[in-house]
Amino acid sequence: MRYAGLALKLALLAFVVGLIALVPRFASEFRLSQFTFVAVYFIALAGLNVLTGVSGQISLGHFAFVGVGAYTAALLMLGRSGLESYGLDPPGWLPLGDGMRGVFTIPLAGLVAGAFGYAFGLPAQRLAGVSLALATFAFAVSLPLVAKRFDDVTGGGGGLALPLPETPFGWDVSTRHWLYYEAWVTAGVIAVIAWLFLRGRAGRALAALRDGEIAAVSAGVNPTTYKTFAFGVSAAFAGVAGAIFAIEVAYVNPDTFPLSQSILMLASLVLGGMGSLYGVLLGALIMQFLPVYAQTPPLLHGSFSKESPAVVFGVILIVIMFVAPDGLVGLLRRVLRPMMVRLRRHPAATDETTFGTSRRAET
Amino acid sequence: MLAFQSAEFVQQIVSGLATGSIFASLALALVLIYRSTNVVNFAQGEMAMFTTYVAWALMDRGLSYWPAFVLTLLIAFAGGATLERTIIRPFERKPPLAIVIVTIGLLITFNGAAGWIWGAEVKPFDSPFPNTTWEIGDVAISSQDVGVFCVCIVTVLALWAFFNLTSLGLAMRATAINPTASRLVGVRVGWMLALGWGLAAVLGAVAGMMAAPTVFLDPNMMLVVLIYAFAAAVLGGIDSPVGAVVGGLTLGVVLNLIGRYVEFIGPELRLPTALLILLAVLLIRPQGLFGHAVVRRV
Amino acid sequence: MALLELRDVRARYGAIAALHGVSLTVEQGQVVALLGANGAGKTTTLRAVSGLVRRYGEIRFDSRSLLRCGPESAARRGIAHVPEGRGIFDELSVWDNLRMGAYASISRRELKRESDRVLGYFPWMRDRLRQQSGTLSGGEQQMLALARAMVSRPRLLMLDEPSLGLAPLVVQELFRIVALLNKEEELTVLVVEQNAELALAASDYAYVLEVGHVAVEGTSDELRAHEGVRKSYLGY
Repeated sequence: MRYAGLALKLALLAFVVGLIALVPRFASEFRLSQFTFVAVYFIALAGLNVLTGVSGQISLGHFAFVGVGAYTAALLMLGRSGLESYGLDPPGWLPLGDGMRGVFTIPLAGLVAGAFGYAFGLPAQRLAGVSLALATFAFAVSLPLVAKRFDDVTGGGGGLALPLPETPFGWDVSTRHWLYYEAWVTAGVIAVIAWLFLRGRAGRALAALRDGEIAAVSAGVNPTTYKTFAFGVSAAFAGVAGAIFAIEVAYVNPDTFPLSQSILMLASLVLGGMGSLYGVLLGALIMQFLPVYAQTPPLLHGSFSKESPAVVFGVILIVIMFVAPDGLVGLLRRVLRPMMVRLRRHPAATDETTFGTSRRAET
Repeated sequence: MLAFQSAEFVQQIVSGLATGSIFASLALALVLIYRSTNVVNFAQGEMAMFTTYVAWALMDRGLSYWPAFVLTLLIAFAGGATLERTIIRPFERKPPLAIVIVTIGLLITFNGAAGWIWGAEVKPFDSPFPNTTWEIGDVAISSQDVGVFCVCIVTVLALWAFFNLTSLGLAMRATAINPTASRLVGVRVGWMLALGWGLAAVLGAVAGMMAAPTVFLDPNMMLVVLIYAFAAAVLGGIDSPVGAVVGGLTLGVVLNLIGRYVEFIGPELRLPTALLILLAVLLIRPQGLFGHAVVRRV
Repeated sequence: MALLELRDVRARYGAIAALHGVSLTVEQGQVVALLGANGAGKTTTLRAVSGLVRRYGEIRFDSRSLLRCGPESAARRGIAHVPEGRGIFDELSVWDNLRMGAYASISRRELKRESDRVLGYFPWMRDRLRQQSGTLSGGEQQMLALARAMVSRPRLLMLDEPSLGLAPLVVQELFRIVALLNKEEELTVLVVEQNAELALAASDYAYVLEVGHVAVEGTSDELRAHEGVRKSYLGY
């Protein structure tokens, strides 16, 4: 019976991967680009999952790391010559090359964002709960403002237009298709890395810290090391997402990374279900499609929905939390549990005690 | 260069205290809810905004200012208590992030609802204080500032009196400290929680109505104020009511002084600067100025 | 006349059953002890009476069922439950703790009179009324918890592991006061204790719990003579 569980899991995985691979066959170009964004969000949320879902540090500003990655990719793709053609004068010490293909910027964006995350995570260890949330919030709020301030590097409020992506090697696939696969293959790689990370030493240490810090510390787990590492890793994932975002949209601008996106990330992750990669996937779908749905909810009519998608969105958030406080994945698990778990019987209370069956102590 | 005139300095401090008292009211609301129900209420600002709109609607129908003010406070109280009983209470034993999302959902809902019911265009809001200035020697102090400060501080003091001088207030404090023991001596803990949210909503309504004349009434008016209120609450110590008030007043004054006297921080960078100062304080003293250091007993 | 009666009481924490059918009786004026090892269900039994845990079966106080009563109502009916760990309000002063004891049943006017009566048993508290109760020693905190419980003139006092973490002399004093209260205030006492020796010395009647139900019961003398009890709980 044990292998049945494993087979089921593999079947589910194959199903999901199959669906992802087949989408381009049935989707319009517009839908295809929407699903490409789902991949971007998947990667970013996988990062947030490591931070909030596994190591329990609440971040209200994770989209800012996506922004860091996007800008890194943009600068690398344009190169010094590209920036100068915009009339910008970036400082000499920045290691900008001559411009590179989008694909190669992906890991580099991850590294840069990861470094930012690690640097942020170091002092952040001193802050608890609410203060940490506020600090991440501050980071998210400041990023667009800083980007506008240092416009010699970032192109300021006007942003930077990037070279349009092209299908490589002359393959006979439309650019949209190519981008879709590029995004999802990266997402797949990230998923594997995330899965290995969570199962590995670091992942288990983080979970132990989240569930019982004192016990974990007594067992020799150094909380600062692991938690800071978690910040770095989660930011790196977000950076990778940012790079793909930049490649896909071919334009970066400070206002593309507002605070509201960070809040949306957290909400989507919780709605999808923290801790599991399927939850992250659901969260990515929610992040892309819930705002769209709130604009034109199929079942509601009238001016209500047109003028106030916010109300619809807010109410949906609350209702889902009532129904599924541990996310949709949690809800599915609860619904499917009777089918999957054999009930273990509790040992029946016996009448036998240390003293035999007679209760009353007779002198 | 700094053009330093002592008269203007005093004026900046007074007006900083006025803004700060608004932050203090909202920050106190946040601390009140956090202490009693252990929830960070992200929707506090939007609730304040919504009740301010209610006040506006009452005045629009012909009610004069102070009756509308009092009626709004009652409505806010009822609304806050009801919110706690219906929407917040069920999440008492659920995973903590769920309630975070719920309050964020409330934020979004209130914001959208205000725009939907009353329209998103900016409206003027009457102030009960005359538009005059008092001259004390060289210094010109606006009565609006003084009025705002007085109303907020009176509200805060009234709350202080409630908590420290009445049995009900004592029971609320006890509930926040040890809910189980409170139940065992006969306190109806559920009502205490609802009461806490009701009082917090009242504080928010006061903050909103005091802010509206200056920032004008629109659905987004309290978003930035909420951020400053959070900063003030965390600065003072998220579990300290005194800290919230001191933090709010300090923040108001510091922001005003920085905005006026430090040239390269223009208006857009005020918020990040405030947050940066806050973070600097937290790194030195993580529990905030008046908060309790978390002592881990192993 | 039985003040407190439990018949076949079951209780659970979520899916885990903690009591599998506890039956016991506490007569008016008695001091009854609940003994047993860790996890036997002693604390759960008290919580079942108070209503802090999901319970089924029959629980009667003064002949009236407690099943529909939460802790708040139980307190108003005259049951004072001093929980494990004392449950004082550590940020409040000694005086405010006493005031809280009066919350449900005593009016402002009566508070002075009742608190005077209680302070008579703990004279040292008179000088420390303004002190923050969290700064009291363990023994003092336990006394404060007891004092707070007594302000409302309860009929039944339930004490959960009062001797935990306290020095022997302090424990002695504590139980001396409990005995005094039992005699002078017509107070019925149900005390949970792991220290069987102590409990048997202080009580008239005792129940030994094992794995969620009563294994043995009897007067202190009977239990002290009982071989099983001696071997498992008294150590000789």
